[in-house]
Amino acid sequence: MLALIVRRLLLSVVTLTIVAVVVFATTELLPGDWATAYFGREATPQRLERLRAELGLDRPATERFASWFGRALRGDLGSSLARKEPVLGLIASRLEKTFLLGGVAGLVSIPLALALGIIAGLTRGRRADVAISTISLIGMSLPEFVVGTVLIFVLSITLQIFPALTVVRADTSFVDFLPNIVLPAATLTIVWVAYILRMVRTTMIDVLASEYVEMATLKGIPRARVVLRHALPNALLPTINAIALMLAALLGGVVVIETVFNYPGVGLLLVTAIRNRDVPLIQGIAITIAVMYVTINLVADLLTTSLDPRLRSLRG
Amino acid sequence: MSQKLLQVDRLTTGYRTQTGHMVEVIRNVSLEMHEGETLGLVGESGSGKTTFGMALMGYLRPGGQVMAGTVRFDGVEIFGLGPNELRKLRGKRMAVVPQSASLSLTPTMRVGDQIAEVLTVHVGLSGSELSERLLELLTQVHLPQVAELARRYPHELSGGQLQRVAIAMGLAAAPELLVLDEPTTGLDVTTQAHILDLLRELQEHFGMAMLYISHDIGAIARVSDRLAVMYTGQIVEDGPIEEVFGRPVHPYTRGLLSSVPRVSYAGLPRAMDGRPPAPGEHEVGCSFAPRCTFADETCTTIDPTLEPIDPDAKIAHLVHCHHWQRVVASEDFGEMQDLKARTKKAVELEPLIELTEVDITYAKRGLGAFLRRLRGVPEPPMTVSDFTLTIHRGETVALVGESGSGKSTIVRTIAGLLPPRAGRIRYGDQDLTTKVERRPIEIRRKIQMVFQHPEASLNPRHTTKQIIDAPLRLFFKTDREQRLERSASLLEEVRLSPRYLEWYPGQLSGGEKQRVAIARAFAAEPELVLCDEVTSALDVSVQAAVLDLLAGLQADRGVSYLFISHDLAIVRAIADRVVVLYQGRMCEVGPVERIYAPPFHPYTETLLAAVAEPVPGARARLLAKDVQEAEPPARGCCFQRRCPRRVGSICDEETPPWRVAVEGHLISCHIPLDELRESQVDLISTSSI
Repeated sequence: MLALIVRRLLLSVVTLTIVAVVVFATTELLPGDWATAYFGREATPQRLERLRAELGLDRPATERFASWFGRALRGDLGSSLARKEPVLGLIASRLEKTFLLGGVAGLVSIPLALALGIIAGLTRGRRADVAISTISLIGMSLPEFVVGTVLIFVLSITLQIFPALTVVRADTSFVDFLPNIVLPAATLTIVWVAYILRMVRTTMIDVLASEYVEMATLKGIPRARVVLRHALPNALLPTINAIALMLAALLGGVVVIETVFNYPGVGLLLVTAIRNRDVPLIQGIAITIAVMYVTINLVADLLTTSLDPRLRSLRG
Repeated sequence: MSQKLLQVDRLTTGYRTQTGHMVEVIRNVSLEMHEGETLGLVGESGSGKTTFGMALMGYLRPGGQVMAGTVRFDGVEIFGLGPNELRKLRGKRMAVVPQSASLSLTPTMRVGDQIAEVLTVHVGLSGSELSERLLELLTQVHLPQVAELARRYPHELSGGQLQRVAIAMGLAAAPELLVLDEPTTGLDVTTQAHILDLLRELQEHFGMAMLYISHDIGAIARVSDRLAVMYTGQIVEDGPIEEVFGRPVHPYTRGLLSSVPRVSYAGLPRAMDGRPPAPGEHEVGCSFAPRCTFADETCTTIDPTLEPIDPDAKIAHLVHCHHWQRVVASEDFGEMQDLKARTKKAVELEPLIELTEVDITYAKRGLGAFLRRLRGVPEPPMTVSDFTLTIHRGETVALVGESGSGKSTIVRTIAGLLPPRAGRIRYGDQDLTTKVERRPIEIRRKIQMVFQHPEASLNPRHTTKQIIDAPLRLFFKTDREQRLERSASLLEEVRLSPRYLEWYPGQLSGGEKQRVAIARAFAAEPELVLCDEVTSALDVSVQAAVLDLLAGLQADRGVSYLFISHDLAIVRAIADRVVVLYQGRMCEVGPVERIYAPPFHPYTETLLAAVAEPVPGARARLLAKDVQEAEPPARGCCFQRRCPRRVGSICDEETPPWRVAVEGHLISCHIPLDELRESQVDLISTSSI
């Protein structure tokens, strides 16, 4: 286990470095920079030059990257060009909202998906399975923004139950904020449940056809016990990694959902940052998302390792 | 006679194919079993024996259905029961010991819990009573350190221990009927001997009836009172075990019995012609007729019925044959062909490949090894150590040993898949300690391999033609026409018709696939063919034919074989010289006829004593415990922990010397050879009664 963690942590550092380089290079490739974005139509060569000199944007890209990377290693991601605030603080406040959204969606969708997946696997080919599988296929094939738009149309515009767009003022309390979460969380839930339940259904079917489930049946123990004690734990193991990937994908998927609902999370922050060519902020968010990805995957691997007795002794 | 426990009456089961046809798997089977009786059910793969065993439990695999007939257990029709009634019967009054315990035990549950749930559900035990009974059961199947073992997970136990756990699980509720489905298949010979011994002992103790399903006639002979022979879903012969073995009346039984290789005989058994039809393939008449030398027009039109050969016999001997009287009258039974005599060959003393003091290990020199060194964990001993062997031109050398003996590791090294950590390997003037991709193409051509599982070694998306063409194209500069011609003649050499060229592996039987794999190896015109358990996945009637083929090819081409096997009878039939390996260390090496007679290395002695010859009632001598060692001892003799003839601390401390029995027969042991010879009996002639 120790060797595994050390190895994975070392790999993570490599991954994050590559992410930093690629993100920096990509923002360099974008036409224009913070200066052109700031002045817009009022840009004159003199103004641009002055601002660039002021912010150090006239230095070579490699030099700027090196100094940024050096500071990032010490935990300082710099300041946003647009807001003149530390990037870290900006991200932290938005991340809270994104986590809240993802957390609510996760808490609802994971148990729901597991339950539906198990039912579908157990009733393979019969009515319940066909119904669940068909609906999940529809859920999978619809892009998030379509689901989101449909929900807005039905629940906000037609029925007027939930707000269509999130409006947050500085004095909005947590309780007042909650209704804003319902629609984006529901959208995420629909998409996730579809994916996870299909995964659970497939592994459940495989496991139910295994020789140890056959053996458990031939031992004459009750069906419920066969399913819960013999089949389920083995069906869940491969699902954990799938759920982890799903959670990680949230960090990309929220960009769309947060934009559709104008939800004040990290995704929306990223979109604004890109529009403004706010390079330190883009970098900061990209690195944060990469850290999330790596952490979630590591946690999932450690979790499967600790749940699967075979992996446990294999990885010592 | 004791009470009738089980009565199967004209049972036919089958499944519906995708095209809507019904395919029969079990065909019109009638059978009875009495209390406390052991019935052996023998049959080759696909004969329906497992399906039958499961049907007795009221269990059909998904898609399967009963088409006719009944199964009565203690007077109750099994297939008339509801799921709950059936559940109360299964595990309690009738239980199964599965074929491979490693797949049949739930990987995420502790083995103790898996046995305990039977006790909870069927016996109603709980608390200290439960744990007491659990430990008692584990002790009864002779497992060590039961309290600790019960808390382990299946993957933490060896194959033999898992099988014992599975047996304990079957016995937990003291059932009246135990269905054992190939319970020793895949186990090492010593482990198998211990399990068979255990089953006899447990039956004496518990008194349950056993249905022992196996393809292994030797194992069946050891435990059964009665033997039923199954072919294409039908019982073709059923009778008391001594009678069926001594005077088999069905041609298939005869063929089966004579195709089993025996350690007591230095020749190849006879192969049966043809192959069994796949389920649904056979339509009218007797299904064995196409392979039967006694068949006539009656056989191909009318299916015989199962009839007693002597209506007055106390225990019926039944046969499913029109012409059994003619079969009995014929003398054609029991002879084997003396392969050695037939393909007498002069082994030239020209060395082909020389391995000198070769060490091999799987341990990597990576981060894990670095961290281990930091924590001060010593490096594990070499998987194979100090291996020295010369194979001559035209010679067959067999590597013998149980699983974990390093046989396959040595083959992988010679094949260039796993370079040795130390030592020399010379092939002529070529160095072979390199990986295969660095070897010159000529060397790659000269060393070919045939694997254990042709299913895995043949590409399922390639036709036979493409499979054989690949080495031809790689090694020889010939055009397409010539290669096609060559492929066809190679197929002929492995005795397959040229029409097989267009077939895919999926359309071939196991034996045919292995022939294609052999043709592929010989396409390269090799000098050395590495055969890794090439017959162990095959049915016994097919195995003999493949061995015969290999011997014939050697006679024609003068190739050398490095033949790996765990089966001492097969080795006796095919090898010129034998190397006995334990834990990657050589114990004994010598000409084949010397290996099977005293003096033996104590490990060779243990192996030979455990062999199950197909003789009713024969009991193996269990000389050593069937522990599976995780790794070889760091010093001293490799067999020190299990040796029945241990002399003392010298065995743990010092590497035993090589003692020369006769020129070329060497034994690595601290005991002087004269002493060994005097105390050892000739196991071969005594084990066959």
